[in-house]
Amino acid sequence: MKFVSGVILGVSLLAGLLTAVSVRAEDAPVPAAPTCEVPDYLLSTDNALPKVAEAIKPGGSLNILVIGSRSSTINVIANASEVAAYPGQMQIALKEKLPSIAVNVSVEIQAKKTAEEVAAGLPKLLESKKPTLVVWQTGTVDAMRSVDPEDFRNGVSEGVVALQEAGADVILINPQYSPRTETMISAPPYLDNLRVVAQEHDVPLFDRFAIMRSWSESGEFDLFTAVHGAELAKQVHNCLGRALSQFIIDAAHPKPVQEN
Amino acid sequence: MTSVADQIAGPPLATTVGVAARDALLAQPEAPAIAKPVASERELRLDLFRGMALWLIFIDHLPPNLLTWLTIRNYGFSDATEIFIFISGYTASFVYGRAMRDVGFVVATARILRRVWQIYVAHVFLFTIFLAEISYVATRFENPLYTEEMGIMDFLKEPDVTIVQALLLRFRPVNMDVLPLYIVLMLFLPVILWLMRRSTDLTLALSVALYAATWEFDLYLTAYPNGFWAFNPFAWQLLFVFGAWCAQGGAQRMSRILASSITLWICVAYLVFAFLVTLTWYWPQLSHFMPRRLEQWMYPISKTDLDVLRFAHFLALAALTVRFLPKDWLGLKSPWLRPLILCGQHSLEIFCLGVFLAFAGHFLLAEFSGGTGLHFVISISGILIMSGAAWLFSWYKHSADKSGSKAKATGNADMAGGGA
Repeated sequence: MKFVSGVILGVSLLAGLLTAVSVRAEDAPVPAAPTCEVPDYLLSTDNALPKVAEAIKPGGSLNILVIGSRSSTINVIANASEVAAYPGQMQIALKEKLPSIAVNVSVEIQAKKTAEEVAAGLPKLLESKKPTLVVWQTGTVDAMRSVDPEDFRNGVSEGVVALQEAGADVILINPQYSPRTETMISAPPYLDNLRVVAQEHDVPLFDRFAIMRSWSESGEFDLFTAVHGAELAKQVHNCLGRALSQFIIDAAHPKPVQEN
Repeated sequence: MTSVADQIAGPPLATTVGVAARDALLAQPEAPAIAKPVASERELRLDLFRGMALWLIFIDHLPPNLLTWLTIRNYGFSDATEIFIFISGYTASFVYGRAMRDVGFVVATARILRRVWQIYVAHVFLFTIFLAEISYVATRFENPLYTEEMGIMDFLKEPDVTIVQALLLRFRPVNMDVLPLYIVLMLFLPVILWLMRRSTDLTLALSVALYAATWEFDLYLTAYPNGFWAFNPFAWQLLFVFGAWCAQGGAQRMSRILASSITLWICVAYLVFAFLVTLTWYWPQLSHFMPRRLEQWMYPISKTDLDVLRFAHFLALAALTVRFLPKDWLGLKSPWLRPLILCGQHSLEIFCLGVFLAFAGHFLLAEFSGGTGLHFVISISGILIMSGAAWLFSWYKHSADKSGSKAKATGNADMAGGGA
């Protein structure tokens, strides 16, 4: 009996709550301008960017190459403005923060390619461009195809080595936090393996997944939503670009020596 | 405890299984106080922990929230899946091992296959619900932020292939990996039990060898459209066979090792170590306390291939549990633990219900942009619904018993219950 009444109670609670929630959803408030706040620990890294540090001395120039899949762009049907995506936003933020430096950003979208496939093309790609810093966003395609995590790790590892050998600093970016597809795409193995590669090769990892999840949890962005998509995407990319610029500058600046 | 296994295995199963085999199995020199079990007594600890595993699996399948912090995967390497597969191996071996002895290989195999069929049907049922949910999301959801991720829905463009692959167990949605694993393990149960009748230790040795070969030669099963099985049966069979081995008297033989204080301290030390390591996952600020060399040796901890660190973590947890939770612990009779025990007694049904509720919960959260409050309510309601359903199932069973179908062998399947 106890259980029956418990269940009834639970169900009625749920029903009550759902009514309350759906009422709330109807008069959805106009979203306030995002603050882009990111917990400090998500923007700190132990791994340095020596070449970037060299490049951002006064009068220098910083060439950044962003390699990524489609989540490094925003696909708005009408005007596919590349500036709105996080690489463009990062460039704007870097220029603001480093007024005396020439900041060039080029974006190389490798849609539907796994890390292994991208890695194979990297040496050639770097021959033509001589970036100071390569920002490599990867993992999404591999997670969607459930590539063997070990193959994924080896692919990323090879790629990072190729980039370092070509004389560039490297930052890795992991997949987006995508709550709607959580029941379909299993991200954790790829997140873990990216972390491992970053550690192995002393490469800073920009934890896009954790950052977006923290925004979702704090209510900064409603990442579940199906509506007001285009505006939301722009805001998220704006915040990501700013966070990434902060991340790059922090990693490039030599940290105060810590007693360990 | 005397031994994890013998206590677990003990009398509870006897009820369903019949009394004959019991005495041999229950001979427990270390625990004479327990004496002979009353015939109607069930090993409630098995049910309790299987029920707990079911709750934890449900909570882990929801997006992270407050209750997620109560699940064991946040405090060490292993999680509820290990508990589930171990107990499933244990009970299946106990029930069908008895059947094999009493009625022979052929009939026992037939019963096992019937159980496999039930699990398969349950899996297909869940897949249908999943397909409905996904199709709904695919048709309504347009967020430019996730254009790339939504590409995962492409499989809906060729439902003919997808559905056939799902029936072949090659296409599995993310949270539906456990039942296929269980189906494969149960399919091989007749062979495992047949081998165990010759030599239990040899069977365990073969299982360890297969596990080692999996790591050495990278054995795996492919999935559709690409990728591999998220729970590699070649590796996870180790836990299942180990459970079976414990049920066939292995636990009893380990009892001296389990009772020693050296084991106790090794287990405690390892659990503390695992806990500290997991802390660094959630507070990355702490990670610079981790020696680099240790990190490089340890990571990644593979769930797919049941990493040795995970297996060891489960062993340590089990050893402590058997030691500190005697099977005659009064708490097992407490009404507070009753919902857990009931869930554990109907594991297949409750597992499926849990997967369904997790889908439904995801869906509600997404539809209503639910915050922490709704999340919490969904988690609690899910657990209440699971408990209520378990209570309903046992009510059905009891009324069926009263109407005289007791003699049927169906109880066996129930004991050997659900997978995952």
